[in-house]
Amino acid sequence: MRRIVAISERVQETPSTATLRFHDAPPARPGQFVMVWIPGEDELPMSLSYVGPSKGITVKRMGAASGRLTELAVGARLGLRGPYGNAFDPSPARILLVGGGSGTAVLAPAAEAARAAGGEVTAALGGTTAAEVLFADRLLAAGARVRIATDDGSRGHAGYVTDLAAELLAAEPFDAVWSCGPEVMMRKVLEAAAPRGVPVFCSVERQMKCALGLCDACALGPFHVCTDGPVFPAAALRPLEEFAGFQRDASGRRIFPRSPGERSRAG
Amino acid sequence: MAALAVKVGDLPFRNPLLLASGIWGESGDSLLGAYTAGAGGVVTKSIGSAPRAGYPNPTVEELGRCGFLNAMGLPNPGIDAYPVEIAHARAHGVPVVGSLFGHDAAEFARLAGRMEATGVVALELNLSCPHAEGLGAEVGQDPDRVREITRAVRAAVRCPVWVKITPNAAAPEELARAAEEGGADAITAINTVRGMAIDPTLRRPVLAHGLGGLSGPAIKPIGLACVWKIWEAVRIPVVGVGGIGSASDVVEYLLAGAAAVQIGTAVAFEGIGLFGRIAGELPALLDSLGFDGPAAAVGAAHAGRQPH
Ligand SMILES: Cc1cc2nc3c(=O)[nH]c(=O)nc-3n(C[C@H](O)[C@H](O)[C@H](O)COP(=O)(O)OP(=O)(O)OC[C@H]3O[C@@H](n4cnc5c(N)ncnc54)[C@H](O)[C@@H]3O)c2cc1C
Ligand SMILES: Cc1cc2nc3c(=O)[nH]c(=O)nc-3n(C[C@H](O)[C@H](O)[C@H](O)COP(=O)(O)O)c2cc1C
Ligand code: FES
Repeated sequence: MRRIVAISERVQETPSTATLRFHDAPPARPGQFVMVWIPGEDELPMSLSYVGPSKGITVKRMGAASGRLTELAVGARLGLRGPYGNAFDPSPARILLVGGGSGTAVLAPAAEAARAAGGEVTAALGGTTAAEVLFADRLLAAGARVRIATDDGSRGHAGYVTDLAAELLAAEPFDAVWSCGPEVMMRKVLEAAAPRGVPVFCSVERQMKCALGLCDACALGPFHVCTDGPVFPAAALRPLEEFAGFQRDASGRRIFPRSPGERSRAG
Repeated sequence: MAALAVKVGDLPFRNPLLLASGIWGESGDSLLGAYTAGAGGVVTKSIGSAPRAGYPNPTVEELGRCGFLNAMGLPNPGIDAYPVEIAHARAHGVPVVGSLFGHDAAEFARLAGRMEATGVVALELNLSCPHAEGLGAEVGQDPDRVREITRAVRAAVRCPVWVKITPNAAAPEELARAAEEGGADAITAINTVRGMAIDPTLRRPVLAHGLGGLSGPAIKPIGLACVWKIWEAVRIPVVGVGGIGSASDVVEYLLAGAAAVQIGTAVAFEGIGLFGRIAGELPALLDSLGFDGPAAAVGAAHAGRQPH
């Protein structure tokens, strides 16, 4: 059922990304998402970046609707439905997070849950530039080890976060990899982990309308991201030509990136 | 045990349970998934001449067990881009019914030719979307336009033509009769029932489009009554749709006069596995009611009431 919540707190996380907190949202697990109604504007799927009594979403400015969300002030009202979808299983002992840009939003609460369950967390975080790296301090505070990659080399490794991930996978044993970010990035993570037999779970983002498994807007191979995901095991994603192959626009048309990584968002 | 195979006119399906238009109809994989899960056939989402994004979100409002309100706004990739999805399902032997929408008879006829060429087993003309200006029910509430559009499509293709009727008219059976006069091979009834939701706190309609269409359990009595009246009004088969979620719901529609049924909203409540479940339960239910198959039950509730 839809409910109206008022924003109780707003944090500018990076120049392009803001966290909005609210109370009165139903219980949720890390990995799940909500449909956020910005009255008069749009309704967007957003992962929960905080799942405790005070929930939150962390939004990167992409188009008009997400831009409007990031500009909302404390007290502004939003409609929420959900939570929807599945969650990360926080039981593995040694977890590697690979987050690109705002993809880290959904990984942070999962990492906190894993730490609370006694797990060890290593995070490889990517951003376009130092100021755009999300939740590095939050993950450090949760007791995670944090490695950073930036496109411009302004912080940490100069280059792809997937380079860091491959390095870590080669050097250390992990029980699971959790990833969220551009599909090209997640595809590389899958391929890097596969030969080592480390299970990978990716949180996937696709066009969404109903979030109920009805309209097919989020179709991904034989799956629906809204009801079968958003978290998928590598075994489900690897065979899909459309994973990091094509997206669908709001009309359902297949949209192929003109060059690999073109749609990457700050990954 | 009763076998489930049915015919809508001359068109055979392995069972009477079809996927309704607009549900799981965007990708070829989803059409195939519904068939693999046990549907007897699938109807595509309604396809138009050009790509259409549909209305902005919110496009759907959940109404608990009543069902859903939706105003998707006929999002579809357009007739140039969609055939690849049909081809994928056809390659696996799925009987696909191609749903179409348009503004006028000429556009419908043009689309019909294109759709037939994809290898669909039948066409379904969506003359009944309750929330698209100048399309759907706006053309479908006028019997003369229904007759004209049906006639134009009938002349343009060889495959069976089904016409999907709106319940948002004083006498939907008049629309069905007009479609029959235009040469329709079957009537599909019903599309969603016009409705809306308003958020009291924000003092505004919830759906971005304002008005929408109600689907799910709440509309089953409306669908049944439409099928009942249409069965009395025409001699062509009726495909029943609206609020079906169980084998017993299916039998009610058969008894009202439906030769086959379509299922939409219940897929969200139960998952696509509901096709297999209902197909599994239907034979025993028909047996227990004394029917040796779905066909024997079609229109049986009219017995002794109305001549057909
Ligand atoms: C399950 C799920 C969880 C999500 N969680 C979050 C979250 O926690 N934080 C967050 O900021 N966003 C999240 N998103 C994405 C969000 O729903 C919107 O897609 C995004 O905010 C853009 O919306 P918009 O309408 O503002 O932009 P649009 O007008 O849709 O897009 C603006 C531009 O950005 C591009 N773009 C849009 N989406 C993507 C994408 N995913 N990857 C690459 N390019 C894209 C478009 O091609 C376009 O060029 C999530 C999506 C899903 C499905
Ligand atoms: C999300 C959604 C999208 C729909 N899209 C279409 C469509 O494109 N064309 C059409 O003819 N009917 C469409 N319908 C109507 C359904 O095909 C069906 O007639 C109606 O939902 C009643 O059946 P149900 O109660 O089993 O859902 C749509 C319904 C829903 C819920
Ligand atoms: S968003 Fe409609 S099926 Fe997933």
